[in-house]
Amino acid sequence: MVTYIIRRLIAAILMLLIVSMVTFAIFFLVPRLAGATPEGMASRYVGRTASEETAKLAAERLGFNDPVIVQYGNYVKGIVFGAEYDYGPGVETCPAPCLGYSFITRQPVWPDLLDRMPVTFSLAVGAAVIWVLVGVGIGVVSALKRGSLFDRAAMTVALAGVSLPIFFTGLISLVALSYGNPFSIFAQGGHYTPITENPIMWAYNLILPWVTLAFLFAAGYARLTRAGMLDTMNEDYIRTARAKGLAERVVVTKHGLRGALTPIITIFGLDFGLLIGGAVLTESTYSLQGLGKYAVDAITNNDLPKVMGVTLLTAVFVIVANLIVDLLYAVVDPRVRLS
Amino acid sequence: MTVSPATDAFLELRDLRIHFPTDDGLVKSVDGLSYRLDRGKTLGIVGESGSGKSVTSLGVLGLHNRRNAQVSGEIWLDGLELVSAPEDVVRGLRGKKMAMIFQDPLSAMHPYYTIGNQIIEAYRIHNKVSKSVARKHAIDMLGRVGIPQPDRRVDDYPHEFSGGMRQRAMIAMALSCDPELLIADEPTTALDVTVQAQILDLMRDLQREFDSALIIITHDLGVVAELSDDILVMYGGKCIEYGSTDDIFYNPEHPYTWGLLGSMPRLDREPTDRLQPIKGTPPSLINVPPGCAFSPRCPYGSRTGGLSTGEVPELTESRGGHKVRCHMPPAERRSIWESDVKPMLETT
Amino acid sequence: MKRKPTLAAVALGAVITLGLSACGGGGGGGTTSGGGDNQGAAAKGEFNAALTKVFNPSTKKGGTLKFANPGEWDSLDPADTYYAYTWNFIRLYGRALVMFKSAPGPDGNTVVPDLAESLGKPSKDFKTWTYTLRKGLKYEDGSPITAKDVKYAVSRTVDRETFPNGPTYMGDMLNWPKDYKGPYKSKGANIDSAIETPDDHTIVFKLKQPYSGFDYLAQMPGTMPVPEGKDTGTKYQEHVISSGPYMFEKNEIGKGFSMVRNPNWDAATDPNRPALPDRIEVQLKVNADDMDNRLLSGDIHVDVTGNGVSSAAQGRVLSDPNLKAGTDNAVMQRLWYTSVSPTVKPLDNIDCRKAVLYATDRAGYQSAYGGEFTGGEIATGLLPPTVPGFERFDLYPAGPDNTGDLNKAKEHLTKCGQPNGFETNIAYRAERPKEKQTAEALQQALGRVGIKLTLKPYPQGDYFSLYAGKPSYVVENKLGLSVNGWGSDYPDGYGFLQQIVDSRVIRPGGGSSNVSVRIPDVDKMIDQSLTEPDAEKLKPLWAQIDKRVMEEAVILPGVWAKALLIRGKGLTNVYVSDSQQMYDYVGLGVQQ
Repeated sequence: MVTYIIRRLIAAILMLLIVSMVTFAIFFLVPRLAGATPEGMASRYVGRTASEETAKLAAERLGFNDPVIVQYGNYVKGIVFGAEYDYGPGVETCPAPCLGYSFITRQPVWPDLLDRMPVTFSLAVGAAVIWVLVGVGIGVVSALKRGSLFDRAAMTVALAGVSLPIFFTGLISLVALSYGNPFSIFAQGGHYTPITENPIMWAYNLILPWVTLAFLFAAGYARLTRAGMLDTMNEDYIRTARAKGLAERVVVTKHGLRGALTPIITIFGLDFGLLIGGAVLTESTYSLQGLGKYAVDAITNNDLPKVMGVTLLTAVFVIVANLIVDLLYAVVDPRVRLS
Repeated sequence: MTVSPATDAFLELRDLRIHFPTDDGLVKSVDGLSYRLDRGKTLGIVGESGSGKSVTSLGVLGLHNRRNAQVSGEIWLDGLELVSAPEDVVRGLRGKKMAMIFQDPLSAMHPYYTIGNQIIEAYRIHNKVSKSVARKHAIDMLGRVGIPQPDRRVDDYPHEFSGGMRQRAMIAMALSCDPELLIADEPTTALDVTVQAQILDLMRDLQREFDSALIIITHDLGVVAELSDDILVMYGGKCIEYGSTDDIFYNPEHPYTWGLLGSMPRLDREPTDRLQPIKGTPPSLINVPPGCAFSPRCPYGSRTGGLSTGEVPELTESRGGHKVRCHMPPAERRSIWESDVKPMLETT
Repeated sequence: MKRKPTLAAVALGAVITLGLSACGGGGGGGTTSGGGDNQGAAAKGEFNAALTKVFNPSTKKGGTLKFANPGEWDSLDPADTYYAYTWNFIRLYGRALVMFKSAPGPDGNTVVPDLAESLGKPSKDFKTWTYTLRKGLKYEDGSPITAKDVKYAVSRTVDRETFPNGPTYMGDMLNWPKDYKGPYKSKGANIDSAIETPDDHTIVFKLKQPYSGFDYLAQMPGTMPVPEGKDTGTKYQEHVISSGPYMFEKNEIGKGFSMVRNPNWDAATDPNRPALPDRIEVQLKVNADDMDNRLLSGDIHVDVTGNGVSSAAQGRVLSDPNLKAGTDNAVMQRLWYTSVSPTVKPLDNIDCRKAVLYATDRAGYQSAYGGEFTGGEIATGLLPPTVPGFERFDLYPAGPDNTGDLNKAKEHLTKCGQPNGFETNIAYRAERPKEKQTAEALQQALGRVGIKLTLKPYPQGDYFSLYAGKPSYVVENKLGLSVNGWGSDYPDGYGFLQQIVDSRVIRPGGGSSNVSVRIPDVDKMIDQSLTEPDAEKLKPLWAQIDKRVMEEAVILPGVWAKALLIRGKGLTNVYVSDSQQMYDYVGLGVQQ
């Protein structure tokens, strides 16, 4: 078990290296291959009427004059050992893991990421609780009442949920429940209170984003659970459980759901890992300053160190989530042996 | 089998019908089945797959979903009629008064729970005892079905057991609440021959020990030869021959039963070309052929002057409890058996 | 900092309107209130009510003024910021030597003293400008503001490595010592050749070339004082030491910040700022699609960028009288245009260029930018109407329906020896859908006379440095036309025209906004303007330059930009000044 985890961790680090290399290449190598000069690349990070001189200075400051491989080396070195940064009157140390400095705001990236994480995490956890409870619940009931009115209605809504984009459902919900009289019962966009400050406001401000995000995922989970339950409830061991005289409720939850849960755990791990890397659309729609919004803005502004930072962090989350899923697998399904 | 309002038998089925409506039509899996079984006795139900034998047993346990199965007729168990009984009542009997051993223990046991847990669960449904008491009981049961080191194996998962051990565990689970009626559905099909014998021995011993009524469902006459008191041969959802084990083996009267005997591999017989499988395929349960369901495959169907393909034969008693569903006159059946079929089967 | 159209834009038209209607239902844009003496309450909103006069005038102090920004500041540091809205906003926490008067309409174009007692006093040759500071000026910490701090602040703007975003005027125009790189890299260098401070209240700027409009440069954030002891370089933006009425309370770069009253700001030294709200809050990175709703509900008061509603939502806003009454259609000092390059054959022939201008469908150009209200007015020259010196003229009349004069176009094509038209390319910024629509509209319009355009999208980050702004690239790739745009830094002919008509800003290495104008007369007139102190006398000169460029047909004007601003619910003392071309943030107050 321990060796297994160690092996997985080593694989994870290799994976991160590859992700970082590919991302780095996309943003730093490809433009160079396409013919951009260091000054040309730097020119977008300086003012709108900057002289060539300024662009040259910027290129120097941002290290664009070095070969790309050296730039990458410096980047990785910064993550492992930290880096130093000239802020004008003096030099500041950026401790490891130093994911570099934003080209635009001139702030170190790592503290930004740490600052954004609780928002995204709050959003993801709250939404996940809702969508798992609601999605799995609806899926189970739908499967048991297959073909009933409830089943058909739920699956139609679920199809809509999977198909409707968040910026649509989100804005509709804002208009209907935040601004519109008489239903202005929920917080408007752009409001966030840390849970440590006021848990009630925290939840109040996040309810709409939670529900919107959960709606999207719950729909998928309902469909997945329904399909899984339909399969499982046809298994011989369900018949056995019934033959023992178990109450139907226990048959469904203890035997049926347990069997149908495995694929859901897999998907959930991936979804959740990706989500804590940034719920891009939800955060944008509700103006929440999480990692997703951070990433979008970084990409819009071409702020490469931020893009790199978020990408790597998301990769870490996904890899960790995957690892946890694999470990959970062994717990859920004893037939899976970790060696 | 006469119809009477009450019954002195432990288990009695009266005109049981189990039909499944499907998009293609009504599947008549069981279509008018009646039999009785007393405590301490063993009934073998024999037939090809699709003959309705498993469906019958699930029907007795009330395991059909009432939304997609139409069940009619009567099932009397120890004085209680089950078809009309509320679901909760039937559920209370399941596992406790009647239990079932399923065909393939690997798929019939939950892969995510230990053997012990599954037995404990079965025991605690009907016995309000603590987990540790139930665990002791589970270990005890595993020991009684011949699993070595039961106190250790109790925490193993089904996939960690061999096929035979798994079947023993399944039996232990079924017997954990001392059921009075035990139904074993192809209990040995998935096992190799030596293990089969062990399991059959075990079941016989246990039946004696618990004095329960036992139904063994199989497609293999060999399995029931030693175990059963009576044998019921099913075809197309109906009973086509019923009698004591001796009757069925030594004086079978239905051509289908002959076919079954002919296709039975026997250690005392050379495998020769005389081993005769039954030609053709089992009938569709949706479009049941008019007349005798077996007529399309029956080598003697032409002897009834068209009756076989025109009219459904009744199950009639030929002698002392031996019943046959065939249009041929009893004398003709016996003469065919004696002169035609029996010599062929006995040729060595 | 244009608001970017989003995927959802179209779907949102309906959504936003839903929200707007719900809010507008109250009537009059919801500006009803109990009404205090000077509250200026119960003002009935009407379209353009804040354009030339004060809407809901008030002198009542208190409340929290809330701004929202769909993006983020380039920097809060006065040396490092170059957005129109940041220059408007920065006056809440910083005071420059002089400033644009905070007043509605054209009145707002006047420069008035701020830190200084009076406007700059030029020497006879316009190469030396002297300012005297008011007495009793203090920073937020109570320490005095001195001329040295202004000198230090301006010297910082020279360090382009540390502060790459700000304007370069001071660095370019003052007589800095050779190789001077700002106070960090050229520590202790004597910069008296550029700026002298004979005493704590006097500051003297020394220019390399004469410039009569120096006050325009002195109103820029670069002259806002920075105390050397508190300077933290790139980190100074995290806490700029306030010299204005508000100081930073909490600042989270990239997320938002809040400001409270500066206790050491003395209204007696500052005649320009009413400083009505007690508190100011700014949220960054707010969902642009959701912002209009929040403005109308009063959850926020101002879209700080001043970009106005999106073209997707404008139709519904304008068609509902209640909603329309709560908006102002501000004219911006911005021209959307297309450069016509005389370096690309056959456009080296003036008649071929004139044919292009005649064949242009101006109405199509306007609708590419969103139409009359959110796009702007059809432009017939360079100077926008709010820039002093503007004269209306039209050298290439486009017919009664503004779709072009095809006969004239053909006539000029014949003259240039291309009677059946010709082929050339049109460049535009790939990330800008409006520019793409413009290119397509031109492609269709010019196609009517046989001029075939091929569309060439380029990434906007490198548009001027590598492609459309690089002369050799333009020639090699036959970029006859390139879609372009320009907004001025200050409402002045020089500020608006110089960067786009002076041929000397064109560099072989690329990077200039001027792509096509190389007219010696024009260069001469630009130089001439530098020594003319009388703004009135300069006005005809700007019009003259404008006409001269149009005569050469090297610029195809598109629209003079306009924005449809939503007057946030609960705002008082609202007006658009011509200098800011959006609500003047110095004057705003909120109802309580």
